[in-house]
Amino acid sequence: MVLEAFRKQKQTTVQPDTENRDIPDGIWIKCSRCEEILLNKDLDKNYKVCHKCGFHFRLKAAERIKMILDEGSFREIDAGILPVNPFKLADYERKLREARDKSGLNEAVVAGEGSIEGVPVITAIMDTNFMMGSMGTVVGEKITRAIEAAAAQKKPLIIFAASGGARMQEGILSLMQLAKTVEALARLSEAGQLYISVLTDPTTGGVSASFAALGDIILAEPEAMIGFTGPRVIEQTIRQKLPEGFQRAEFFEQHGFVDKIVPRSQMKETLAKLLKLHLQGEQ
Amino acid sequence: MAAILEFEKPIQELENKISELRTFSKEKGIDLSNEIAILEKRAVEVRELIYSNLTAWQHVLIARHPERPNTSDYINYLFQDFIEMHGDRYYGDDPAVIGGIGRFNGRPVTVIGQLKGKDTKENLARNFGMAHPEGYRKAMRLMKQAEKFNRPVVCFIDTPGAYPGIGAEERGQFEAIARSILIMATLKVPIIAVVIGEGFSGGALGIGVGDRILMQEHSIYSVITPEGYASILWKDSTRNREAAETIRIVARDIQKLGVADKIVPEPVGGAHRDPAAAAGFLGEAIAETMEELLELAPEALLARRYEKYRSIGNLAD
Ligand SMILES: [Zn+2]
Repeated sequence: MVLEAFRKQKQTTVQPDTENRDIPDGIWIKCSRCEEILLNKDLDKNYKVCHKCGFHFRLKAAERIKMILDEGSFREIDAGILPVNPFKLADYERKLREARDKSGLNEAVVAGEGSIEGVPVITAIMDTNFMMGSMGTVVGEKITRAIEAAAAQKKPLIIFAASGGARMQEGILSLMQLAKTVEALARLSEAGQLYISVLTDPTTGGVSASFAALGDIILAEPEAMIGFTGPRVIEQTIRQKLPEGFQRAEFFEQHGFVDKIVPRSQMKETLAKLLKLHLQGEQ
Repeated sequence: MAAILEFEKPIQELENKISELRTFSKEKGIDLSNEIAILEKRAVEVRELIYSNLTAWQHVLIARHPERPNTSDYINYLFQDFIEMHGDRYYGDDPAVIGGIGRFNGRPVTVIGQLKGKDTKENLARNFGMAHPEGYRKAMRLMKQAEKFNRPVVCFIDTPGAYPGIGAEERGQFEAIARSILIMATLKVPIIAVVIGEGFSGGALGIGVGDRILMQEHSIYSVITPEGYASILWKDSTRNREAAETIRIVARDIQKLGVADKIVPEPVGGAHRDPAAAAGFLGEAIAETMEELLELAPEALLARRYEKYRSIGNLAD
């Protein structure tokens, strides 16, 4: 059933307007943490990390691709899958439209193949500019297809998670994407393929509680917000303020849930090292 | 006497009338059996009418009814020689999740379920059925044990979600749920997941990746509670009722969406009206499902389980 739905969609493929992907934000930007005024140009050169306080700005999928994958190596797969609105909710329809306009993307994840220092990989990169990177049917489907592609092509898989969780507007169908993606990961693991999960800000809810938590290796960007329940809901429930740094990447590294925190400037070389350590045959 | 839900008032009025007539007839020695019979028939009709036209919110009220049979009740009705097992072997024992081994129609099975209490005291002790990581890790341990000894697993889902707290996060709530889903994805024995009350969020799915998903007629299942949906998406927690209609949570809808495989009937008026009868229906449905699944070799079982979740998506128009 689902395949028919997606096939049907493929005929109505719309190419996202790539020029819109880099909406000029002006020349200056204020660091959201230290409030330093930064030149956009400098910020871009510094991996979108504040040179003063080290704050990692959230990345668009396209920026991440540029930073991580070898130049010109990325080829997107399943780009044309459009969002679905299973319950035909008017306000969801409007939000999807706004998200597409804002992000220039068709959905909250970009998947594809490429290489890192010459090592071929399959990658899926989530983008918070599209409805906070939430996972509904299409995100689940694209992640699953990426996992399946890694298994079929015998390539390592790298997923950059960035998501507030499951997409509420698709109800139970969103929830089932947790099971769908994890089922696919189980097969990838049985096939002996490497899966590196990179947790970026934020990785919470249904995404943290499914594929993002199950990497053979779990990396995280500094200070990324990670966890199942978001801090606001916890504060409302327990009626107290959470301690500074609670649920940040460093917190979860300390508690044993993250292998390594990798600053953005070292992400590509770290991934490359890890990939090469897993290459079969002569090195 | 069960707590009366607002929409059940017309039934309640008829029942009060019937009991008044009975008392009157007895006291005055007047035969009113005809009148009483008519009213009783009417009460049944009204109940059936009301219960065949429930709104989503009314389903929510029934699914959360304080006297609705819980996991513990169904274990008592359906599983003989049940022995509860405690602890995750790492940190502690989560009272929101109970699990153990018992006999189902003579066959040893592993039973796991979220357990809500029936009053405030019980609910505080059970954390309102909201599990900590220990609960999922206990569930995983018992599932692997079931696999080792080739026992089917029955999971009862009844939770508003995983527990949102400091300790739960510190001990890796997200990892526990993800890992539990992974264990279920690869478990070589049949898993039957049954939603018996409310099933919300990854907290529910953390013990819910079954070969078959059964839902009791008035149970509900979704990614988030109606309250959560209304307050997060509409910034208005008073719109619960509307949210319940919007996000498709009732069993019939979950079946139409290809997620629930079977709807298990409840006595008219809901499981709390007649827990023994509700358990009877549930027992039959579990038995039938288990027979089907036990015929499959592990490879076929896993292939079908994969396909079930792989194909969950949106229905074409
Ligand atoms: Zn700064």
